[in-house]
Amino acid sequence: MSLSGVEGPRPAVRSGCPGSDNIVSIRDLAYARGQTMIFDGLDIDIRRGGVTAIMGPSGTGKTTLLRLITGQELPDHGSVTFDGAEVTKMSRRELFRMRKRVGMLFQNGALLTDLSVYDNVAFPLREHTRLSERLIRHIVLTKLHAVGLRGAWQLMPSQLSGGMARRVALARAIVMDPEIIYYDEPFVGLDPISMGVVVRLIRRMNDALGLTSVVVTHDVDEVSSIADCTFLLSEGRVVASGTPQDLQDHHSETVVQFMAGMADGPVPFHYPAPDYSEQLLSRSGK
Amino acid sequence: MSNATIRGLRRLALEVLYSLRGFFGTFGAGQLFLLRIIVNMPYALARPRLIIKQVYVTGVQSLVVIMLAGFFVGMVLALQAHLTLSRFGAEDTIGMVAALGLVRELGPVVTALLFAGRAGTALSSEIGLMRATDQLSGMEMMAVDPIKRVVVPRFLGGVIAMPILAVIFSAMGIFGAWLEGVIILGVDEGAFWSQMQAQVDLRDDVMSGVIKSVFFGIAASLLAVFEGYNCVPTAEGVGRATTRGVVHTSLTVLVLNFMLTAWLLGGN
Repeated sequence: MSLSGVEGPRPAVRSGCPGSDNIVSIRDLAYARGQTMIFDGLDIDIRRGGVTAIMGPSGTGKTTLLRLITGQELPDHGSVTFDGAEVTKMSRRELFRMRKRVGMLFQNGALLTDLSVYDNVAFPLREHTRLSERLIRHIVLTKLHAVGLRGAWQLMPSQLSGGMARRVALARAIVMDPEIIYYDEPFVGLDPISMGVVVRLIRRMNDALGLTSVVVTHDVDEVSSIADCTFLLSEGRVVASGTPQDLQDHHSETVVQFMAGMADGPVPFHYPAPDYSEQLLSRSGK
Repeated sequence: MSNATIRGLRRLALEVLYSLRGFFGTFGAGQLFLLRIIVNMPYALARPRLIIKQVYVTGVQSLVVIMLAGFFVGMVLALQAHLTLSRFGAEDTIGMVAALGLVRELGPVVTALLFAGRAGTALSSEIGLMRATDQLSGMEMMAVDPIKRVVVPRFLGGVIAMPILAVIFSAMGIFGAWLEGVIILGVDEGAFWSQMQAQVDLRDDVMSGVIKSVFFGIAASLLAVFEGYNCVPTAEGVGRATTRGVVHTSLTVLVLNFMLTAWLLGGN
């Protein structure tokens, strides 16, 4: 089945926000970096089988949240569970065992620059399985075909455009057939065509492969078109959650400001600063 | 003593204490890092292709620099030795002088310093850039330990390459000394080689140089991968880590050289 033919029917039953079958649960999470509180009492449930979007303005700690969910960082307080297991208490061995069930698409792709496209996608298979090279070749070409880059197998990462690199990274993320994929800002820096392809790929792969997808982004329109459930973060907490339509209809000022992209609102556009005229007229100018 | 002086002295004492704490902190972290490398060695040893690639990158790609440097150091050594020894009519011994100087001291030390500047910086910046571009985090997320897959092969590659490079440096140095002494300055060729053969001992001289270069290889490779792995993941951070790697390696090699020389001579 080709996943690169990106148009197609959506599943009849979509996993909505509420539900008891959660693959990831975050409870009362607190995390500070230095004196700055990033999260304070964060609660999020990620429903198995759905596409969950985590949105928020820049600097709200969306990427940090992914690092906490995947055990790359430890919270100061609270719990993160993956399929019932407490991530914050896992040993390194247990973390690695969990990560074998997880795929992650980094913002910049994080392809290994000394390996070709083919070797990048084959990398997890060679590290974790004893499959023959013939079988690895079959799997790698299948995954590359799914993202439309089978013809680019011999290229090096430096020869790829941003969108292509993101798609190769996606092929690598699904090569071990994970249960859940985390996407860290998958739409940043993509041209409209690449963005459309990646948006639809996320949804199609989720449905075709029976995955759970978590998309961290601030691109409202793109993610709203594919998400089943959306969480909006601000000031270390979830300020709104629900289906994308629920957020569009939300009356909270913070939500309205974010969804409509307004400069004025509870989330300040300007970083805290002294009076503008006073600073301009002061002697030091600083 | 005025209050300002007391405040100044207190600040100085605090600075020294902070520096010492930083030094011992880094020293301890370096030892733990070495321990992690040793623990994870079986993984890399089971994948010799990874190590061979790094021997190529750190060793073979440094060959031109090492050979050129060795050649000219040998020539200068012969020139200087000839100038001094000819005053005593002992210019026939320049082969021995050059060979002893090269295999005992200059070969291992200069090779280690050149290694720090060429292969060490490449190792630090490569690993640092992998850190800055999330490649190491990506590996962690693929349940692959970067220490095993990235650090250990590079460390072992450097440790293996260093003694070989030092031997090649010394060989090229001896060739340079022969060219300068015998061909250009007219020292008797038979005396040049026979003096060297008679006075340079394989165990005491050649092996002591090889032992030194093994230690230098461990130190230089460890510092290079340590700085790269622990760098701040920004362009500036990678640059700083690379510079720190070269400076620390150079100083460590010089201090270590004194300690090893004292130890090896003490055994005679």
